[in-house]
Amino acid sequence: MDMTTPLFEMREISIAFGGIKAVDHASVDLHAGEVVGLLGHNGAGKSTLIKILSGAYRADAGEIRVAGEPASIASPRDAKRYGIETIYQTLALADNVDAAANIFLGRELLTSWGTLDDSAMESETRKVMGRLNPHFRRFKEPVKALSGGQRQSVAIARAIYFNARVLIMDEPTAALGPAETRQVADLILELKKQGIGIFLISHDLHDVFDLADRVSVMKNGKVVGTAHVRDVTQDEVLGMIISGKCPPGAVAGPGALRG
Amino acid sequence: MTELAPAPAAPSQDVKTFADHLRAIEFDARMVGMIAALAVIWLGFNWLSGGAFLTPRNLWNLSVQTASVAVMACGMVLVIVTRNIDLSVGSMLGFVGMVVGLVQARLLPDLIGFEHPATWLISIATAVALGSLIGLFQGALIAYLAIPSFIVTLGGLLVWRGGAWWVTQGQTIAPMDSRFRPLGGGIEGAIGTSASWAIGLVICALIVAGIAFARRRRKRYGFALRPLWAELALAMLACGTVLGSVMIANAYALPAGIARRLTEAKGGTWPDGGLVIGHGLAVPVLLALTVGVAITFLTTRLRFGRYVFAIGGNPEAAQLSGVNTRKVLMLVYGLMGALVGIAACISTARLNAATNSAGQLDELYVIAAAVIGGTSLAGGVGTIAGAMLGALVMQSLQSGMVLIGVDTPLQNIVVGIVLVLAVWLDGLYRKRLG
Repeated sequence: MDMTTPLFEMREISIAFGGIKAVDHASVDLHAGEVVGLLGHNGAGKSTLIKILSGAYRADAGEIRVAGEPASIASPRDAKRYGIETIYQTLALADNVDAAANIFLGRELLTSWGTLDDSAMESETRKVMGRLNPHFRRFKEPVKALSGGQRQSVAIARAIYFNARVLIMDEPTAALGPAETRQVADLILELKKQGIGIFLISHDLHDVFDLADRVSVMKNGKVVGTAHVRDVTQDEVLGMIISGKCPPGAVAGPGALRG
Repeated sequence: MTELAPAPAAPSQDVKTFADHLRAIEFDARMVGMIAALAVIWLGFNWLSGGAFLTPRNLWNLSVQTASVAVMACGMVLVIVTRNIDLSVGSMLGFVGMVVGLVQARLLPDLIGFEHPATWLISIATAVALGSLIGLFQGALIAYLAIPSFIVTLGGLLVWRGGAWWVTQGQTIAPMDSRFRPLGGGIEGAIGTSASWAIGLVICALIVAGIAFARRRRKRYGFALRPLWAELALAMLACGTVLGSVMIANAYALPAGIARRLTEAKGGTWPDGGLVIGHGLAVPVLLALTVGVAITFLTTRLRFGRYVFAIGGNPEAAQLSGVNTRKVLMLVYGLMGALVGIAACISTARLNAATNSAGQLDELYVIAAAVIGGTSLAGGVGTIAGAMLGALVMQSLQSGMVLIGVDTPLQNIVVGIVLVLAVWLDGLYRKRLG
């Protein structure tokens, strides 16, 4: 693993909503082909941090670097230009249109006349869904008619179709059954092999320990610490999440408990 | 799971249900239901009026009366699809109509001369530009200042109605330019029988070409095709409707005096037994159909339309996908305004006068047309064709009741009840579909 220049870095990021510091001088980084688990309670600031990365929010202060170069991400479109794709916990699908329209939303394929090339989009959708979910058949139906797992695979297809370099997955398995969870885990390992960096946000410590190379723990908007999963135990990470106590195996962040 | 799943899935693909067949031919049950409702209304009024409803004359007038609301309903579909509303269209129509009247009856005669050949074009351009500007302004308030659309356009309803009075201190302006008047229908707004046949045949050719083109495209990508018989039936049905409409419009004869003047103007002689010269299609109807086709194209074939529907389905998702949702929303209101401009021309030309009460209550008819046509107030769902058909249903009710002599207050009561009933039935239908 290349440890010199991270694929992606967030330095000293802060954002406040009405005086409440949702994220406070948080720094995380991610290398190519690495899975970093982002852990923390509800309201710890993980999702906010991730939304800054995906362009949904703008940081008040701090710096984002892509491959060592400062990057300005002011909108989801900018983030996508840097190859940052996000699978939101809510999936963020337009329920009233079909899978192809969702996958290509904002990046539609056009004919030479400038009109939507629905046939080409459906054809590409069949290809990418064939890889992700071979039993998927309901290409013409609005996404609202699909099952939870099918909706999830549409959201994943949207993220990986455009050659992402960084993939952010916010609770990717929260709504899935065991078989589908297994599929997502396999997919993460597969994407990792292709050199894609993945931020994995999850409540499930087991999941994270199985899949992630490193974990970063957040509490009250601050980073408690970052550690390789081999250097810490699950209990120690649980301690970081609950009390903010940084174990010896982890690099302490600004949110670590003093003393 | 990957190895086991295909086995139980295979039989279900062989045994196709009736619903699967309907889906395969992309049968739109909702649309057929609306057409059936329209047929019931037409036959009912025809029976009640002793055969006066289904006459070429009445149907021709019905189509002309529908045009203005149908044009605005196209824009209203987009507005409602984005989970918004526009209550100001009736007042805007009044205001834009007054300005158009002022421009062509007071301003242009002084500037370029009375009955100048360019007057009608300048009038239409003015109406569309002014309507768009008002729409964009209201849209900007809604999209960028995040004021609820209900409030912005409720304000607009009062402001533009007041503005319509202010333009001339309440005076009615008449008459309109002779080249502008055909926009409103009437005898000068009928294009004649041969032109109607020509247009009808061109439309039929386009329909057939469109169906063939779509089929070839699907074949190229190896997608499932509709059975050939379904395609043929569809093409025949569509062409039959078009040519049938032309036939009805052509069967509505001009009054004998006017027919005679027309014949003699062309250098012909007026035979003793007289001649029957048909009206042909009306300009406002053609205008409304053109608008309908254009907006349908916009919503189904262009990015803009895709974004409008995505915003309606999930505004946050659209934004996170990189869609500039505010800009799209502002443009939707701009488009609504432009269509109000066109509708203002149609109704001003039809009245042959600009009055400050023009378009009163139109906002409600337009919204009702869109909703009866299947546009969901929850957003994300609606079709242009449905809304135009909805406008026709509303107008059919109205003129049918006039025809059988129902008093105005009772007319409103019936229209109100029908609206509520239609939306309830539609809700039931949707729930059953799942």
